[in-house]
Amino acid sequence: MSSDPPKRDECPASSPRRRFLRLLGDAATCAGAAVASAAALGALKDDTAADAGRAAGGASSPIKDYDWTQHQWAFGVDATKCIGCLRCVEACKLENEVMRDAHHFRTWVERYVYLEGEARPRIDSQQDPVNIEASGSEKAFRFANRYKDAKVEKAFFVPKLCNQCTHPACVQVCPVGATYRTKDGVVLVDHEYCIGCRYCVQACPYGARLFNEERGVSDKCNWCYHRITKGMQPACVEVCPVNARIFGDRMDKDSPISLFIRNNRIQVLKAETGNAPNVFYVGIDKEVA
Amino acid sequence: MGHTLDIAPYTGWVYPNETIFTWSVLIAVYPYLTGLVAGAFTVSSLYQVFGFQRLKPVAHLALLTSLCFMIFVPTPLLLHLGHPERAMNATLTPHWSSAMAMFGYFASFYVVLLILETWFAYRPYIVEQARNRTGLLGKFYQALTLGSHDVSEHALRYDQKWILWLAIIGIPAAHGLHGYVGFMYGSLKSREWWSSDLMPVIFLFSAIISGVSLLVVLYVASCKLRKVEIDAACVKGLAYTIWGFIMLAIVLELLAFANIVYKGREGVEMIMEYVTGPLLIPYFLLQFGIGLFVPFLWLSYMIWRGTGGRAMIFGVTVSAVLVLFSVFMMRWNVVIGGQEISKTGKGLLWYQPSLWGKEGLIVAALLCIAPLVALLGLSRLFPPWVHGTVSSRVTKLVEQEAVKQHLLGTSQA
Repeated sequence: MSSDPPKRDECPASSPRRRFLRLLGDAATCAGAAVASAAALGALKDDTAADAGRAAGGASSPIKDYDWTQHQWAFGVDATKCIGCLRCVEACKLENEVMRDAHHFRTWVERYVYLEGEARPRIDSQQDPVNIEASGSEKAFRFANRYKDAKVEKAFFVPKLCNQCTHPACVQVCPVGATYRTKDGVVLVDHEYCIGCRYCVQACPYGARLFNEERGVSDKCNWCYHRITKGMQPACVEVCPVNARIFGDRMDKDSPISLFIRNNRIQVLKAETGNAPNVFYVGIDKEVA
Repeated sequence: MGHTLDIAPYTGWVYPNETIFTWSVLIAVYPYLTGLVAGAFTVSSLYQVFGFQRLKPVAHLALLTSLCFMIFVPTPLLLHLGHPERAMNATLTPHWSSAMAMFGYFASFYVVLLILETWFAYRPYIVEQARNRTGLLGKFYQALTLGSHDVSEHALRYDQKWILWLAIIGIPAAHGLHGYVGFMYGSLKSREWWSSDLMPVIFLFSAIISGVSLLVVLYVASCKLRKVEIDAACVKGLAYTIWGFIMLAIVLELLAFANIVYKGREGVEMIMEYVTGPLLIPYFLLQFGIGLFVPFLWLSYMIWRGTGGRAMIFGVTVSAVLVLFSVFMMRWNVVIGGQEISKTGKGLLWYQPSLWGKEGLIVAALLCIAPLVALLGLSRLFPPWVHGTVSSRVTKLVEQEAVKQHLLGTSQA
């Protein structure tokens, strides 16, 4: 006598409840399969579109004569070099028509000053009222020499800008998809489509997003996308007199950014958010976030 | 283009882009209104689905209140948008990964559901009015009958079935809509004050207590205005509902706060400085002390002592007003409070709301009053008190039929 258990198909449907449960199981399997195939189809569609773009040699990008599949942009900041001259902030405001006041910045520079006997640094930026007073206007930028009579133990500057995250929280929360990540690794905002809800401004853990009240849309640093796609450097990188800002293509192994990342022990800001930033820092300390 | 900036003074270190407040008081009003919708609907469902007979006098009022407030829910959002004319983009071309993209669908679904349920609930009244009235108003009710004048027992039973199912679907819809509002804040990892898994549930329970409290106030006020006697059993039923849910609301809110303090993640020092400083009065005194603990203790006392009559009605009404105030403070402390703690975890900002302007305090106050004005208007067209609910009509018809049968049987005999 065989003691093999009966196969599933041979199993007698002993009760209506069991029949019902089996039906339910089958239905769930079918639904799962349908969802999985739809997702796979979606992925396939994306791949096909990307392949078509590659085959067309640049046609994948909305910008003429530029193939965004051939670049992977990244940014480096060497805080040990920054002198806090703020030319980068000025260049950015001019280049990108950022509102000329003390509340809207695509990039900024932070100053960290440890005074003797103090455990925590004093931090300020160009928007601090004392610094505005020193520059004479919200449209001009300089750090006031406010610590000249104090005993400074350690001090340094940290340039900040959008981190063009690999998993950007701002893109995740945009209800209309007006902000998106390009294939070459830059997060852009479509000002013609943005509804101005500011959810992205809230979601960015770095405070890198701003809201342009004049245009009613969100705004942020895009590494001067209009320049980099033409082979130029972002405005802030271009004007930095000490090469504290490094920009380049990670697909090019000999680019300044590839060398910067290869030759240094680099850090990113707020790694715990899981956003995976693409601005890499050298020379910052634990208080920088 | 003219624009006003809510420039916020600050202390410590804040990111330069934070010095303008991103979300104004209107974004605190938005979850407040949504919460009242969900809470009012809860009362309606307690009667329609769970059979709380003592809530019958407010069953229709709850439905109308929910509808009137829901109509105004999108207004603070539209006023806040930089491009309100593009608002429909979120529904036409939604970005599915965004919590906000679902709003249009949730809200529209819920509005349709509310309109349908209200229509079924008022159908006998509409038919009655269409028959009795002439002129423009007659035509209005005539149009609203949608060609269906059948108010027989069979038809009413059918309506009753619809009302039951719509109310059943409405429970997850209303509470889902509000839980989702909590999720919009709780899911953001950029702010420690918001980033809590408990946020949707906290929003939900505070919504329920606020909606039920609103109905207490509206019911008592309407009875006073109409100079009719207040149904004490109904008020007591509402009081029990508030009492039950307020306990959960208090526990959940304290748990969320305890979580932040106990975990003590980076930036907690700033949060502690904030809650023991600028937030001491709005959070501990107004929201918790006066707004939650006083009503809780008062209601507990009345339930313990078995207080009835005018003293009970007075106590419950005052408690309800305090709860309404507390829940508004909760919305304020979440939305505005969250932004007053800098993302740097090293600085605090002060929101300076403007009085005027499209996102000013006056507009915010008007948006809270507007649904009440709408309710006043709508209650003239569809009085929530002069006619029975569909279920009570069915019962009446069945009783009449039984009497008829009885009499016929007697006469035949």
